[in-house]
Amino acid sequence: MALSVRANAPSPGRAAGALLGRLARSREATLALVVIVLAALVWLAAPSFLSPTNLISVTSFTAIIAIAAVGEALVIITKNIDLSVESTMGLVAFVVAVVLQGRNIPVPAAWAFGIGLGLALGMANGVIITIFRVPSIVATLGTLSIYRGLTYWVANGKEITTSDLPANYTDPSSQTFFGVPLFVILAVAVVIVAGIALRYTVAGRALYAVGSNADAAATIGVRARSTVFMAFAVSGMLAGMAGVLWGIQFGQLYASSANGQSLAVIAAVVVGGVSISGGSGTVVGAAIGALFLGLINNALVVLNLPQEWLQVIYGAVILLAVATDALVQVRAQRAKARSRLR
Amino acid sequence: MTHDPQAASPQPDPSPASTQVSIPAGGNSGGTMGRVLGSLSGLARLETFLVIILALLVLWGASLSPFFLTGANFGFSTQAVMEISIMALAMTPIIITGEIDLSVESMVGLSSCVLGWLWASGVPLELGIPIVLMVGVAGGLFNGLIVTRWGLPSLVVTLATYALFRGLGHVVLGSTVISNFPAGFTQFGFGYVSGTSVPWTLLVFLLLAVVAVAIVHWTWIGRQVFAAGKNKNAARYSGVRVGALKTGLFAISGLVAAFAGIILTSRTSTASPDNGLNMTLAVVTIVVLGGVDINGGKGTVPGVILAVFILGTLKSALTQAGVSTDYQNVAIGLLLIASVIAPQLGRQSRLLVDRARLGRQRPTRAQAPGKTVG
Repeated sequence: MALSVRANAPSPGRAAGALLGRLARSREATLALVVIVLAALVWLAAPSFLSPTNLISVTSFTAIIAIAAVGEALVIITKNIDLSVESTMGLVAFVVAVVLQGRNIPVPAAWAFGIGLGLALGMANGVIITIFRVPSIVATLGTLSIYRGLTYWVANGKEITTSDLPANYTDPSSQTFFGVPLFVILAVAVVIVAGIALRYTVAGRALYAVGSNADAAATIGVRARSTVFMAFAVSGMLAGMAGVLWGIQFGQLYASSANGQSLAVIAAVVVGGVSISGGSGTVVGAAIGALFLGLINNALVVLNLPQEWLQVIYGAVILLAVATDALVQVRAQRAKARSRLR
Repeated sequence: MTHDPQAASPQPDPSPASTQVSIPAGGNSGGTMGRVLGSLSGLARLETFLVIILALLVLWGASLSPFFLTGANFGFSTQAVMEISIMALAMTPIIITGEIDLSVESMVGLSSCVLGWLWASGVPLELGIPIVLMVGVAGGLFNGLIVTRWGLPSLVVTLATYALFRGLGHVVLGSTVISNFPAGFTQFGFGYVSGTSVPWTLLVFLLLAVVAVAIVHWTWIGRQVFAAGKNKNAARYSGVRVGALKTGLFAISGLVAAFAGIILTSRTSTASPDNGLNMTLAVVTIVVLGGVDINGGKGTVPGVILAVFILGTLKSALTQAGVSTDYQNVAIGLLLIASVIAPQLGRQSRLLVDRARLGRQRPTRAQAPGKTVG
């Protein structure tokens, strides 16, 4: 009802739309500002924060979460959720390491294999969700434990140490180009490609259309099921890439590797301003969200704060972010209502 | 396994979910009588399906080992799923209202830690247990109030408190593990009714199950739960205080999760921040397997009770087959997905049958133009 009223009053509607747009745009900027201020504070409290080793460590971890978060953002924009990313990461990291062990496989092939495995796992999610029409939360809760179980099966009680892996595979963890860690370059590339695809391609716009109003999307000819399938496939692929990087970064791999990281990934997406109700948000936001969480994670280490607080802070940060969103939305709606009365 | 008849007995209740089951083709084949029969079989269909699965699992388990059908194994394997089972009872109405509570497993951990911490600092359990239950209510209220007052999706809110509660558990207990509980306390979680192989916790579960069936299917509260899940706005316009209702359900879920934490602490005689890890998966699996629609509005408590025994039997049979707990989760995950796909396939095949029947009737319909279908 309210919608038709709004449509009949174009000029205030457009003003409110501009306001909303400004608020949405400022989300990434605000968060970036928070990250910079927080980083400055941490650096003042602990100068070791800016040491090259620490910077590489914090940015590498952030890059892994950011890459997975970009995939998760695509899924959440379609009003779905992928809880299985951590198991995809863990399975890919472990399987790639097992395949590399004692074999003379070129490293690029191992990368391609890992990313392809992630894609396959994501497509399996997509099939369950779009063809068998299982709600994504149920489907990915299931594959969260299925993929983890497969990792246990592959691991068969064993673990993998850095010495088991070829040196040219684990090297990139400390590799930099012009002072920028390789992982960061990869993450930035993923964000740029995904960001452009989301904004300027038909497939990218379809994700927003399906997430914000599935019926309207169907009316204008967007095929919801193939769009959602694509989102899950890409999410799996990027989780696979994150898994490869996880293996390179840590070297030491267990069947339980990356356990609990789905929370960090979804937290990054939500903190980055992607609405869990679908239809809005950007991958840049998700990446900055990952940076924010990575920074908090690292701050606890360099400031010698008790690690026990990490999950408490994660939880509080998610709540704070979604509460802010709700508040902004209420404000915007009130402003809209006021301008309509005038 | 001997408890199926008990568990399934409250089934003939016409729940709001079942009244919606109407088969279009039933109208012209047998009038109102046909429609009543159709809706009754619609209600029974899922439960029948669950009973068949349960029977197959029992047969499989029995073929694996003679030990499977003994009372000792019954007691042992029932005990192992009682914490998740009582949480599933509280989760059922939450999912029927269209919400979800992912934080239950972390509340299990938090309550266990608080109990251990209180005991270690010299607080008697008679005082500690009520305090822990209050913590559960507080955590549940926190979830419920944020979801309803701020209008936030429960999926994100309880994902946040999933981290928050678990983290608080780590903060309360640090890396220590408390395990010097008195024997009287651990006897509750691990003990049996004297002379039988019925665990105490099963009695607690059955009591709570009866309460849940009564509230969800026989009271106005239950009808409000279904109303809120089917159409929130329609429910609100007909006078249901949806916010208060949901807040109450979350508070109960928190209370029950804290209680499950106490049982787990008692059964394992250990208070640790890692208690209850991965339990949410099992709880949601039981509820969805029991036929509750994850999108809300549909479901029955008897179905969930059957699902409890299916999960317990599956885990027990897998253990007999030598499958370790790590792999058992694969089976649970597959079961979760299959439990959503199977009824859909059933519905689709029924649709095909109905369509075929309609196709056959088309000539007769043309001869009698006054008659319309469905």
